[in-house]
Amino acid sequence: MILSLKNTFSQIGSATLFASRFFKEIIMPPYETKEFLKQCYAIGYKSFPLVAITGFIMGLVLTIQSRPTLVTFGAESWLPGMVALSLIREIAPVITALICAGKISSGIGAELGSMKVTEQIDAMEVSAINPYKYLVVTRILACTLMVPILVFFADAIGILGGYAGINIHGDVNFRRYLTQIIQSLEFLDVIPATIKTFFFGFFIGMIGCFKGFNASNGTESVGKAANSAVVTASLSIFIIDMVAVQITDLFF
Amino acid sequence: MIKEKKNSDPKSKDKNQTPIIEIKNLHKTFGGDNEVLKGINLTVNKGEDLVILGRSGSGKSVTIKCIVGLIEPDQGEIKVFDENVLNLSKEELNKIRVKIGFLFQSAALYDSMSVRENLALTLTAHKRDLSPNEVENEVMEALENVGLSDAIDKMPSELSGGMRKRIGLARTLILKPEIILYDEPTTGLDTITSREISELILDIKHKQKTSSIIITHDMACAKMTADRIMVLKDGVIHTEGTYEELEKDEDEWVRSFFESVKL
Repeated sequence: MILSLKNTFSQIGSATLFASRFFKEIIMPPYETKEFLKQCYAIGYKSFPLVAITGFIMGLVLTIQSRPTLVTFGAESWLPGMVALSLIREIAPVITALICAGKISSGIGAELGSMKVTEQIDAMEVSAINPYKYLVVTRILACTLMVPILVFFADAIGILGGYAGINIHGDVNFRRYLTQIIQSLEFLDVIPATIKTFFFGFFIGMIGCFKGFNASNGTESVGKAANSAVVTASLSIFIIDMVAVQITDLFF
Repeated sequence: MIKEKKNSDPKSKDKNQTPIIEIKNLHKTFGGDNEVLKGINLTVNKGEDLVILGRSGSGKSVTIKCIVGLIEPDQGEIKVFDENVLNLSKEELNKIRVKIGFLFQSAALYDSMSVRENLALTLTAHKRDLSPNEVENEVMEALENVGLSDAIDKMPSELSGGMRKRIGLARTLILKPEIILYDEPTTGLDTITSREISELILDIKHKQKTSSIIITHDMACAKMTADRIMVLKDGVIHTEGTYEELEKDEDEWVRSFFESVKL
């Protein structure tokens, strides 16, 4: 028990040092723009289909599940606003981040872990290429910028899913549906939710890179790095969300 | 009967030879009690190919990884181009690393990149002002040196073991290093491919005037490439000499390497 706690704190300490190096390396040239754009494509663009399917289902299911309760209270007309608020403030950011933790963080963990095990990271080091800058900074930065974009996309697709859900039981004009959503939304609903997605992205990238970069030698450690990246990133998302909600509640 | 170790003493070197790598009293212990290097002393002179022979776990790879700063020794001194690499900052060490090529046992090609990208990354990381045409020309030149210009668009997964080694060598050569460290360059290859790699090592030495340390237990490779051979046993230099000298050595340990060739 004590050993496990010691190990956990040691991991947190190492991860903090690893993350703090990111802020130092990101401002110092050279800048690996080409690799950063490649990672944006791999992390962002290639995740669009998965996020689109999940976003649509989230909107659809949320609408279908909420409708009976609202009908009981005669508040069916609130449905578009409620769905949009739930999606934008909480459900889309958290679910999208969890999907990214599963897809991106594990992918990064496995990729870097395998590079470590097969001496590819050492090969970069001996060629005087900074592997942290080339592999880690580009991936963390791409995650930090791409996850918020994916969340916006999930919001939009989720709202479309909500529209489909509403139209299963009735016939609502799309323009009217959108007007109701826009009327029920405020900037304060969008801004805190957007800010937290940057933190989600940063932690998804950072945890994947940390686990992969510190994989011990042996192929078994590649699987462990990928698995551990998903678990830790998912847990971090819930912790960040809890902190973000508390802060939002305090100030807004 | 184990012969008394004859560690090469840098002080007794030929005055006409310029040492390019000097290692003194190198110690390294892993995990608290696994002492892999127990006071290695060696010198590599300019233009010389030094082969380090030894069984698995004798500390051969650890020694060359210490030279490029991949492993930090516990004690000792490593001078490359007359600079103690253990006292250098990361930036200063990187300047030395550019002059040292390292061929990994597994070739360590970047899996997610094509052969072209593998070579171009190493080149452009140090010469950022090169135009795409210049990069392409240098990549082609390096590939032609290893006879694999046709493989430029292939992915590492499409290459055979021998091809991977050659591409790894091309990636090393693209920065025109003065020293090349080979970590078991012929391991896992058939006899013919091993011979081709050994010939390539010789060819590179003659064309590019490099100095090398070649870690191997392949005696055919050692015979072809070595100017001098050091035999490592249990973390110390057991004996050293030319191939012909060691072939006549009566020490059982040394003979065991040469007998494996006769079998």
